[in-house]
Amino acid sequence: MDEPLLEVRDLFTQFQRVDDVVYAVNGMNFSVAPGEVLGIVGESGSGKSVSVLSFLGLLRDNVKLKSGTAKFRGTDLLRLGRRQLEDIRGRDIGVVFQDPMTSLNPVRRVGDQIMEGMITHHYASKKVALQRTIDLLGEVGIPEPQMRYRNYPFEFSGGMRQRVMIAMAIACEPQLLIADEPTTALDVTVQMQILALLQTLREKRNMSIIMITHDFGVATNFCDRIIVMYAGMVMESAPLAEFLNNSVHPYTIGLKSSIIEVGNKNKELVPIPGMAPVLTKPLNHCPYVSRCSVAQDRCEQELPELLHVGNEHYVACHRIEEVGIHAK
Amino acid sequence: MQNSAPLLSVEGLSKQFQVRGRILHAVQQVSFEVVAGQTLGLVGESGSGKSTLGRTALRLLEPDQGNILFDGIDLCKLKPKELRSKRKAMQMIFQDPLASLNPRMTVGMAIEDAMIIHGMRSSLERRKRVDALLERVGLPQSIAQAFPFELSGGQQQRVGIARALSVQPKLIVCDEPISALDVSIQVQIIKLLQDIQKEMNLAYIFISHNLGVVQYMSDMVLVLYLGEVVEKATAQQLFAQPSHPYTRVLLDSILKVPESAARRKRMSVPPGEMPSPFAPPTGCPFHPRCSMAVDRCRQEKPHLQNVSPNHEAACHFAVSS
Repeated sequence: MDEPLLEVRDLFTQFQRVDDVVYAVNGMNFSVAPGEVLGIVGESGSGKSVSVLSFLGLLRDNVKLKSGTAKFRGTDLLRLGRRQLEDIRGRDIGVVFQDPMTSLNPVRRVGDQIMEGMITHHYASKKVALQRTIDLLGEVGIPEPQMRYRNYPFEFSGGMRQRVMIAMAIACEPQLLIADEPTTALDVTVQMQILALLQTLREKRNMSIIMITHDFGVATNFCDRIIVMYAGMVMESAPLAEFLNNSVHPYTIGLKSSIIEVGNKNKELVPIPGMAPVLTKPLNHCPYVSRCSVAQDRCEQELPELLHVGNEHYVACHRIEEVGIHAK
Repeated sequence: MQNSAPLLSVEGLSKQFQVRGRILHAVQQVSFEVVAGQTLGLVGESGSGKSTLGRTALRLLEPDQGNILFDGIDLCKLKPKELRSKRKAMQMIFQDPLASLNPRMTVGMAIEDAMIIHGMRSSLERRKRVDALLERVGLPQSIAQAFPFELSGGQQQRVGIARALSVQPKLIVCDEPISALDVSIQVQIIKLLQDIQKEMNLAYIFISHNLGVVQYMSDMVLVLYLGEVVEKATAQQLFAQPSHPYTRVLLDSILKVPESAARRKRMSVPPGEMPSPFAPPTGCPFHPRCSMAVDRCRQEKPHLQNVSPNHEAACHFAVSS
């Protein structure tokens, strides 16, 4: 296998709140190969965004602990100073967030905002950056880019603003694009347009993408490999085909049977009982135990490890053997 | 399917807003019926007018045109006081339950409040009813003392449902009731809504941008585009044989979990975005995005016409295609 572009090992992130500590990420391991599209799927509070924001240095300042390694082309991002990290972020790693309106400066022209990154990172001179901005806007599908680069964010629709964000994120030709719920606020037709755009860009530039999403439909249609997170842990990770055919973690199976899709009118929906745990204590047992239908005593006593079960498929479950056989 | 007399019957409903001197036609000439015990689904992209329609149908917004017949009474003719007493029978559940609950009222007070407004029962009976309602929506009675912010999103939505049920409504407008919830919680709420519908013979107007959920919940469905109904059908027919090109684009944009890696959806690009409602296109509102559009579509507005029994579409090609 290729040397990974990004390799995250034993990542822990904790936040200090007024009277307690939130254990948001609890020992996360994953890697991204060059050109690979990785989907990180989880519900709110699962740590899917926090894990990535941790090594990008984009967390707020109430972080109590951040440990582990996140090697990007051999450099550990967690050991870099603010300045060094800023050099990489925006140049080698591009980021697109859910809500472009809050990420774009409302009182600056979009063209200036796209150019800024290229100039700060010494990627291009001002003159070249301007031409490139116009080209980029065209590339991401903004009509009449030579006019529109002078517009302000509010003059664009939600879908068009997200295209501007993407232009900004890819301006310096990053090797890795991190997309945090990039289509969640968009209508389905516009979602499809944005995903098609990302797919084209990725093929053209051989860029890796980390797609963070709560939407199984988006993840399974867009990504090469899927990671399912729960309570700040990776519960299951597998290449797409393996994930679709052989996922075994009780949480993954629970989620799959909770999906309400068109054409599934007759599917029996089985809700997962209960709700996600409050992460104010260190994890010392499986966090899914209270909602799990196959939990045993051991699940309440020990934290399950993420184990390789073959075909690049990893599962963190004490009941993997029983469940695996059961699932097949 | 719709033999019994409708509980709610809306005809030619229109609602406009004035925004900085310009007129926005949020809902135009919409007609539909809702039968007790059944669900009418409203789908469409943001800005299609589905929420405005839901609100105007309850006269929470004053309609500019049209008739609303609820339980045999013309709502538009009611004086404010009479309307308020009728409100009991028409309740609403919102997308963001936290925003619709008073942050300084405990859960118990919030549920009791609706009963007080509608002059129901002694305080002892009200408390009893709060307990019974909490139990019905799957919450422990101790939650009556909690404040809304202390609850999870799913619990807050259960409180919203309990409050709507407290005055024994006949119709509930559910406006994106599960859109803000996690997948594992969505199913819990959907099941709850289905169960209470059966028990109480409730009628729902179910508003959602999620077509899968609408199919799951609805008997009839209206597809809205720029404030107009472009297709109206039983859920079964709409999803099996969509007639309007816009409905087909919507259905085609859905990303379902594929059965195998080989059957992944090719990301095709549906053309364009919804035009500004201030300057709707001439002729058919969908023509700039429609692959079938011809000159006639640019000039002449198509009206809803029968495609088959219980199935109407507003497209010049609907009948022939």
